[in-house]
Amino acid sequence: MLNQLAALGRIGIGTLQQLGRGHLLLLHILSGVPALFGRPRLLLNQIFAVGVLSLLIVAISGTFVGMVLGLQGYYILSQFGAEQTLGVMVAASLVRELGPVVTALLFAGRAGSALTAEIGLMKATEQLSGLEMMAVNPVKRILTPRFLAGFISMPLLAAIFSALGVIGGYFVGVGLLGVDDGAFWSQMQAKIDLHEDVFNGVIKSLVFGLVCTWIALFQGYSALPTSEGVSRATTRTVVHSSFAVLGLDFILTALMFGE
Amino acid sequence: MSTDEPLVRIRDLRFSRGERVIFDGVDIDIPRGAVTAIMGPSGTGKTTLLKLIGGQLRPDSGSIEVAGEAVHRLGTRDLYRLRMRMGMLFQSGALLTDISVFDNVAYPLREHTGLPESLIRKLVLLKLEAVGLRGARELMPNELSGGMARRVALARAMALDPMMIMYDEPFTGQDPISMGVLVELIRSLNDASGLSSVIVSHDVAETARIADLIYVISNGKVIEHGAPEAMLNSSSAWTSQFMNGLADGPVPFHYPAPELKVDLLGGA
Ligand SMILES: Nc1ncnc2c1ncn2[C@@H]1O[C@H](COP(=O)(O)OP(=O)(O)OP(=O)(O)O)[C@@H](O)[C@H]1O
Ligand SMILES: [Mg+2]
Repeated sequence: MLNQLAALGRIGIGTLQQLGRGHLLLLHILSGVPALFGRPRLLLNQIFAVGVLSLLIVAISGTFVGMVLGLQGYYILSQFGAEQTLGVMVAASLVRELGPVVTALLFAGRAGSALTAEIGLMKATEQLSGLEMMAVNPVKRILTPRFLAGFISMPLLAAIFSALGVIGGYFVGVGLLGVDDGAFWSQMQAKIDLHEDVFNGVIKSLVFGLVCTWIALFQGYSALPTSEGVSRATTRTVVHSSFAVLGLDFILTALMFGE
Repeated sequence: MSTDEPLVRIRDLRFSRGERVIFDGVDIDIPRGAVTAIMGPSGTGKTTLLKLIGGQLRPDSGSIEVAGEAVHRLGTRDLYRLRMRMGMLFQSGALLTDISVFDNVAYPLREHTGLPESLIRKLVLLKLEAVGLRGARELMPNELSGGMARRVALARAMALDPMMIMYDEPFTGQDPISMGVLVELIRSLNDASGLSSVIVSHDVAETARIADLIYVISNGKVIEHGAPEAMLNSSSAWTSQFMNGLADGPVPFHYPAPELKVDLLGGA
């Protein structure tokens, strides 16, 4: 009994310690941001690695998710004779929810795991120590550009996801199922609110981008410097990011759309 | 330049990793302008010692002064300023794997000097020439052998013309020719540019050939120190066992463990 209590306490303390270290790392990362303005190349390279290379998977997934939405939405809406509102349904669900959330999950799997593995291996092969001994701060030099790149890329990826999703929904709804072309777009234009829908979706994707990149970098940076340590850290990145995204999505949705 | 003040002065250094005591009251003086070797059996903490001198680890107690500054008490900014004047050659090389040999050597110059690219190119080629790898500048680190990687790392460590270079096992993985070249190189670098060198190694013959001063450490203590000849002919059982590579003697080959018989019979 006492042992179990002690074990519980240890887990609690361990978790708090991790959280504390994570926040300290975040502060350290952020302190490197000003210096980055003098060296935009570093940032651009990382936006390429983190953002551009995630483009394909995000684009394909977005298109298919939009097509499925068009299909399912049509079946349900047509039962009420409301298939003209298909455009609203597809766009709203993408911009508000699926765009930010699914993109973040894909991002954690594609870019987050790669970031963790990269940083973890740099640690295991003493590259980070090597930088320190060259009087280069590895957090500011290596982590900060990656962090900023993730933060910038996420909303853009989510926007691309949503845009292609709408096109996928249009293709299925209007192209295959015969929904009226004009109604699809005009209803969408009338009902989708810039602030309520688009703006809130962008905020969500910014938050998810921050959290996913932060988790990935923290896991890599605190990985045990062995092959096993790095592989475990990579798994943790994907698991923790997914939980964080889904949990935060609920909270953010409640805050934004609840009265 | 050559004062009597040692470049590195370590006093009563104590350091442990968890339960395991690595250093238990160590005093070391590393003189300026000389090649000092730190020798000792595998796992005694030679790499750890270099990391302590470089300020990557902090001692539990005792003091480590480099060029008059207490490394373990410096803030980040001062520590980084000091590190620009120390080069360190890691056991593994620790090259950045995503950039070429040339860019690796250019890295500290680009980070810290703001020199024009044409001048950086000249400096890098000179450093690479010194380690015999000018022709390998376009290669990526994963295309190098272990010995080559270590020589590139040496070129990188020299890039900023530091006041001292710490070499962690520079000789392992070198063939006899590059070994000879390397020994010459370390020596001539040291003498030509008024550098101080610290070599960590268990390569007795090579190290004795090149070092001005040898420290032998084992079990968390300095066993003995002195000139190479004195050490080779040392009357101390520890030193002569180590320097002559004898299996039997007071220096343990085994990591601390219960007796083999007890371990074998005590299988769970
Ligand atoms: N990160 C670490 N965590 C815990 N213990 C460590 C760590 N790194 C090294 N040690 C322990 O510290 C001791 C000294 O390690 P160190 O790498 O300094 O040895 P060394 O003298 O350089 O050996 P070698 O000649 O084999 O390179 C070893 O016994 C090792 O078990
Ligand atoms: Mg070592």
